[in-house]
Amino acid sequence: MVKLTIDGMELQVKDGTTILDAALQAGIHIPTLCYLKNLNKIGACRVCMVEVEGNSKLVTACNTRAVEGMVVHTNSPKVRKTRKINVELILSQHDTNCAICARSGNCSLQKLANDLDILEMPFEKQLPKTRWNPDYPLIRDYKKCIKCMRCVQVCDKIQTLHIWDVAGTGSRTTVDVSRNRRIEEADCALCGQCVTHCPVGALRERDDVDKVLDALADPEKITVVQMAPSVRAAWGEEFGLSREFATAERLVAALRRIGFSYIFDTDFSADLTIMEEGSEFLEKLKNKDKETFPMFTSCCPGWVRFLKSQYPDMIGQLSTAKSPQQMFGAVAKSYYASLLNVDPNRIFCVSLMPCIAKKHECALPVMSDAHAGQDVDVVLTTREVDRLLRAEHIVPAELPEEPFDMPLGVGTGAGVIFGATGGVMEAALRSAYYLVTGSNPDPDAFRAVRGMDGWKESEFMLGETKLKVAVAHGLGNARKLIEALRRGEVSYDFVEVMACPGGCAGGGGQPIHDGEELGEIRGKRLYALDGANALRFSHENPSVQKCYEDYLGSPLSHRAHELLHTDHHAWKMPAEQKEQ
Amino acid sequence: MSRLSIITENKAQTTVEELYKDLERRISASPPGLCPVDLASSFLKMCHAQSCGKCVPCRVGLGQLEKLMEDVLDGNGTLETIDLIESTASSIFYSADCAIGYEAALMVLKGIKGFRNDFEEHVLRGRCICELNQPVPCVSQCPAGVDIPGYVALVAEGNYADAVRLIRKDNPLPSVCGLICEHPCEVRCRRTLMDDPINIRGLKRFAVEHAGEVPVPEPAEATGKKVAVIGGGPGGISAAYYLRLMGHDVTIYEQRKQLGGMLRYGIPSYRLPRETLDQEIEQLLSTGIHVKTGVTVGESPNILELRSQYDAVYIAIGAHTDRKIGIEGEDAEGVISAVELLRGIGDSQLPDFTGKDIIVIGGGNVAMDVARSAIRLGAKRLRIAYRRRREDMTAMPEEVEGAIAEGCELVELHAPLRIEEDAEGKVAALWVKPQIIGPVVNGRPKPMDSGQPEVRLACDMVLVAIGQGIESKNFEKYGIPVKRGVIDALNWSGVKDISGVFAGGDCVTGPATVIRAIAAGKVAAANIDEFLGYHHVISTDVQIPKVRMDTRKSCARVNMKERSVCERVKDFQLIECGMTEEEAMQESRRCLRCDRFGFGSFKGGRVEQW
Repeated sequence: MVKLTIDGMELQVKDGTTILDAALQAGIHIPTLCYLKNLNKIGACRVCMVEVEGNSKLVTACNTRAVEGMVVHTNSPKVRKTRKINVELILSQHDTNCAICARSGNCSLQKLANDLDILEMPFEKQLPKTRWNPDYPLIRDYKKCIKCMRCVQVCDKIQTLHIWDVAGTGSRTTVDVSRNRRIEEADCALCGQCVTHCPVGALRERDDVDKVLDALADPEKITVVQMAPSVRAAWGEEFGLSREFATAERLVAALRRIGFSYIFDTDFSADLTIMEEGSEFLEKLKNKDKETFPMFTSCCPGWVRFLKSQYPDMIGQLSTAKSPQQMFGAVAKSYYASLLNVDPNRIFCVSLMPCIAKKHECALPVMSDAHAGQDVDVVLTTREVDRLLRAEHIVPAELPEEPFDMPLGVGTGAGVIFGATGGVMEAALRSAYYLVTGSNPDPDAFRAVRGMDGWKESEFMLGETKLKVAVAHGLGNARKLIEALRRGEVSYDFVEVMACPGGCAGGGGQPIHDGEELGEIRGKRLYALDGANALRFSHENPSVQKCYEDYLGSPLSHRAHELLHTDHHAWKMPAEQKEQ
Repeated sequence: MSRLSIITENKAQTTVEELYKDLERRISASPPGLCPVDLASSFLKMCHAQSCGKCVPCRVGLGQLEKLMEDVLDGNGTLETIDLIESTASSIFYSADCAIGYEAALMVLKGIKGFRNDFEEHVLRGRCICELNQPVPCVSQCPAGVDIPGYVALVAEGNYADAVRLIRKDNPLPSVCGLICEHPCEVRCRRTLMDDPINIRGLKRFAVEHAGEVPVPEPAEATGKKVAVIGGGPGGISAAYYLRLMGHDVTIYEQRKQLGGMLRYGIPSYRLPRETLDQEIEQLLSTGIHVKTGVTVGESPNILELRSQYDAVYIAIGAHTDRKIGIEGEDAEGVISAVELLRGIGDSQLPDFTGKDIIVIGGGNVAMDVARSAIRLGAKRLRIAYRRRREDMTAMPEEVEGAIAEGCELVELHAPLRIEEDAEGKVAALWVKPQIIGPVVNGRPKPMDSGQPEVRLACDMVLVAIGQGIESKNFEKYGIPVKRGVIDALNWSGVKDISGVFAGGDCVTGPATVIRAIAAGKVAAANIDEFLGYHHVISTDVQIPKVRMDTRKSCARVNMKERSVCERVKDFQLIECGMTEEEAMQESRRCLRCDRFGFGSFKGGRVEQW
């Protein structure tokens, strides 16, 4: 323990505690900007400067350890002046057009400047030129970047993709795509973790709200919207609503007011995915000698992009089953069009996702198997959904709950946990058990795959077969797992990977709360929804059953293959193109 | 993929390394009189380019400071801009993470403090206080304003006699200066921008040694005015020579047996041979200067008596007293002051140090002179004890290097404590206290007690060379103003309120250099002439050669060579070897002729008369 004095308060803290944390223990909130707990302690913004008696220069609270006898002043005149000038300097190179910024009201710099009572700017505005492809799903605004380096750190340390790096030196130092590449040439997974860790509006998704509004305004279009599982655990945050209140059904009500023709649940197609992927896996198990294991889940497009670029020799191990989003699109523009008895080209398929990579996935040339344009026309992230709601002057707090439309609005508890790490695996195991043994297991029998450990493994018995499975979330954990596989240190039959920590619940398209990681909390909400659902098994989803009966036949049928499976080799990541 | 790879420099890095050296040379050759705000602003831009860009104060702050400085320079600023520069720079200084940022900010803060008036001039009047009034860097750096490009060009044409004549217009002691001048002229030589500065002193020596007999000019018509010069050192001789050329009747009063001052009684003959000194003095005296040696101006005659006997008096008594070190045992037998030793040597009294173990205290040029003289006088072992580090010594680096080459050992970072005497009162040892080098204060690092135990350095003799003082008491007594030990003269050599009394050189500035003494003599001569009611002009009819066009090829500097160590330590003969003719031709033709190019071609590259 060390004793120190902060702003006249004497306190004792553990050895190794930073001044920032020590001050927090004393109830003193030293302002920070670039600092991100456990990830970014580089003291770049110089906002957390404090005065330590005996030092003529100020020190950064975020990365200076408290030492015995230290006397700290967090708001001396020197500190105040310096902190304010540093924030003014940051503002001088930040596009403070806050009124038209996606992060307005949720921007750490805006809050800091307001908190410090900065009402005038002594310095000249100096903004760099932006060179970015506006059609790319991930948008970076050079004029807003404050060079906090958090994106670099997230991509390096959590996702190990090293897409971002410091570019240039001196006054022109900025953050840019690493190794002088354009973003299109980089192997970005589009996980969006850089976006959710950006304190300002320098990173965001491509905004596709207008495309949706155009479709809604087009009388020829039948707008079909699907809602991903994890969206229901997060959309209400923006409106200050509790997760229990901001339900899927309340969002359904909102979407109905906006004018969507049919409002469906991606849980439905998650159940469909289990049927296809589960069957595919059991088929593979039957040919254990000829197949390469483990089989990898394929529902996370960030993960698919990662594997394709980093370990292209393992692409064959990905399940050929499409993601729930794409299965839904293909079904909506085929089966559902036939149910409606309309030309599938009239269907405009919108998908609400916690994800930026989904925007890329839906635009892949191989994802138009219903032959009516893209199977999914537009993907909106949870953040865009919230913006759409606000733009439509909807007040969710005043809305009732309304049911999804039928028949694609039915989802099981197995479908809803797709949004949390381990959920796909658990759902798959529930149905695989049934398919192998002919009877349902306890729905919670596979709960060992839940939880926030980055790399989880378990063994289960499927009848006579012992199954070894693993679950990873966060691409750094995925890389560790794969490296261990390749070194022969571990072996599994089935592996679920989600690109984002916590799975889709912590997705890169979810609402942003600076300094908070909400993947776990949102995931718990999904597990609660699973527990409360009368249907806990994908194979028991009546709409899924009906769909097979009336249209698809059986899992892995010819039609199922055409609509619900894909060839992961049919498109290339930049690294794959280079290899050729 | 290899796990590690060998780092090789690419072409860009090698080129940048080269540019760094170019920049270093460029800064060292920076012409005097530039706008300090503009310079500080350019430095800031360079500092900013060095930023890694991680932190806000450095990455953004330095750029905003640049902009604010530009506002000041462009006349777009106000007094508030200066305040904003100061508060922003302070903030960067307090909060930058590494020295790239905070030291850059410190440079700006130093500027605000050091030349705030210039900042204000820009803001209030849109102008700069500074003006470039001397277009030729070597000439502006030479205290005597010698026409350096002129004589270097004459050397290049082989016209050595004219070169000597041209030098004498401003400096009557070219032989002396060709050997021992500290050559401030070379410091900002524009040739440094290309490769190295011109070896100006070496060329001067070459000119003098190859000119043959160059007669001094005829003095002007006698004015009948009498001037007394007190002190026969370089300053006194210079003043006497120019006053004599102006037609005045000049008498030098010299305390010692011979003229020359520190040139004879301070500088050992291995640096300045006595024959060279004697010859040069003889030639100047041949203009008809009267000399009274062995006369101390003090009580009888005193300064006031001289003033009454002469129309004007020039005090150029130099700095000849030794400074006491003030430690226990300094009166022991075998403790000798450097001044005393060198004075004896000047009058050819060479003591025998054969077999002696000697310690010199000090780190200046005089310390090196006595150390190297002691070696020549037979010392068995010679150590130089100094409080600071070698690089902090005030002696010229080549003097320190020479001393070490000749066998002197440096005992750096040891401060003298006391001198231990034996039973007979003779030196037995010097006790020293080990030091640790400390903070840099006013540009000089301060030594501090290292906490290590005292060290005993057994020795037979201690030579104290810790600076000289001025014998100003005899002048103070008769009303000459003295301030902190030096005679208080004005920048035109006059003494306030005492008409007809002038003073200059070491006795006014404290111990300095021969060229500054000469310059002071020149200034005094001009102003005494003026005081006496005349306006004599010192000029020369030497024609400056035309510019050669072959000066701009890359060519490094010819340095002076020295006699081999084992040979030179046996005698007091000149150490330094002159240039060969080939070397002198090559070296002189490197001169970029700043008198005819650049600003020189606009404002004129020379002062033809004074």
